[in-house]
Amino acid sequence: MASIDDITADIVEDFEVFDNWMDKYEFIIDMSKSLAPMPAEKKQDINLIKGCQSQVWLDVQLDDKGLMLCHADADAIITKGMIALLLKPVQGQKPADVAACTYDFLTTIGLSQHLSPTRANGLLSMVKQIRMYGIAMQATSLP
Amino acid sequence: MINASLVDQFPILSQTVNGQPLVYLDNAATTQKPAVVIAAIVDYYERLNSNVHRGAHHLSQLSTDAFELTRSKLQSHLHAAHEHEIIFTKGTTDSINLVAHGFRSFLSEGDEILVSEMAHHSNLVPWQITAKLTGATLRIIPMTPEGEMDLSAYENLLSKHTKLVAFSHISNALGSINPVKTLTDMAHAHGAAVLVDGAQALPHTLVDVQDLGVDFYAASAHKMYGPTGIGMLYGRSEWLNKLPPYQGGGEMIAEVSATSSTYADLPYKFEAGTPNIEAVIAWGTAIDWMNQVGIANIEAHETELLAYGHQLLAEIPGLILYGSPRHKAAVLSFNIDGLHPYDVGTLLDQMGIAVRTGQHCAQPIMTCLQVPGTIRASLAVYTRRSDLEALASGLKRAINALT
Repeated sequence: MASIDDITADIVEDFEVFDNWMDKYEFIIDMSKSLAPMPAEKKQDINLIKGCQSQVWLDVQLDDKGLMLCHADADAIITKGMIALLLKPVQGQKPADVAACTYDFLTTIGLSQHLSPTRANGLLSMVKQIRMYGIAMQATSLP
Repeated sequence: MINASLVDQFPILSQTVNGQPLVYLDNAATTQKPAVVIAAIVDYYERLNSNVHRGAHHLSQLSTDAFELTRSKLQSHLHAAHEHEIIFTKGTTDSINLVAHGFRSFLSEGDEILVSEMAHHSNLVPWQITAKLTGATLRIIPMTPEGEMDLSAYENLLSKHTKLVAFSHISNALGSINPVKTLTDMAHAHGAAVLVDGAQALPHTLVDVQDLGVDFYAASAHKMYGPTGIGMLYGRSEWLNKLPPYQGGGEMIAEVSATSSTYADLPYKFEAGTPNIEAVIAWGTAIDWMNQVGIANIEAHETELLAYGHQLLAEIPGLILYGSPRHKAAVLSFNIDGLHPYDVGTLLDQMGIAVRTGQHCAQPIMTCLQVPGTIRASLAVYTRRSDLEALASGLKRAINALT
């Protein structure tokens, strides 16, 4: 399993290819298609992330190795691509590593700065929720 | 008629956004300002800045004259019977709140307020608050599937209990033009007062408040090529004299002792504190500018462009247009089947195309249409055919990327 740092370095490299935002968005839209389908019973209000303009669901469980197994979905494709982008480095990682993930790469690829304030807040809510799962689950996971 | 060089009078429209020439189609949210309006703001600070109605000195006299000149321009623009029937406010929302606040003194349990399902939140929430505080009942006038006010439902809702009816002249979300005169006559037949939100109407059409017969008419400068932060409330003198003051302070009083005050005459009774002087003066310039272009010319240009927009959008596969009222102003509200409006809006933004996506402060309409929101392109006098062509090709590109 590649580390969070290695995966984020790959993402940064992916984004370096594009010189305009339309292409970056098309890449984010493609990422939405890579997201594993979320089981219907997980798409409940309790899993909605607060603070997003469109609806985003996130469910995180620990697998039998104590690693994070994340499912997500969104009603808007770009939002779905963004949660896919956020989950890519943390999927299958140890909760403690996810809790420590800074998500600095969002600034490196320019996404944090490019978004309108409302959308940036939505992105921040998603990041917070993912890290909260890491923090909450590091206590219960195996060493 | 409107000629192509008119757009050159708007400095902001010559810029690029995300590397593309700006295509500004969010005029129902706010219009851009012609250079003469911007110059009027600068001129105020360079030549006139002084508080109005107060100091007995030269500058104060000049700024007061310029300030009051806008009131007189508004009076004639709206064909109000008296200058003192024009109250300056922060904007349409503030104007509606002024009336809703005042009506707390007139309403009690058993009374009814009628509001429209098509209303902007600004003409809904103030009445919800007033109803809650007074015990009055709020009743909702439904809209038809075409996006028109349901007149027979409205007739049925009116009764001797109806004390006030509030609706918009033109819907910001769908562009529907309401038959203000008919709706007002029906309300008056039951003894109810009528407040009209005219924010979307004054930029596009001539309004004659006496002919319409309304009791209150609210509008904002920033939607009619003027500055932000200023608006007005037209009220018939009989009502404005009855209505208690909204805010207390300087300017709105006649005599003040430590324990009580008497209030100033209209319009000052409702204008507490130092007003937004520069904006009032520049609004006057904006009204002059609109009249020079000609309101009839503006209306004709927008009607022609709206038809062209409809024609272009009809060619886009999967496009669902909302609202097909018989009388419609320069708004195109739509979705692309299977796509979220935010996705489409985000991609249009990358192409330099500014549209509004979301609920347009009109959540009850979105609930009625059963959509999370719509994409809204709204036109103005400077909108070109090329802007609508850019929207159509941008939509096709966004659909390709999203499907």
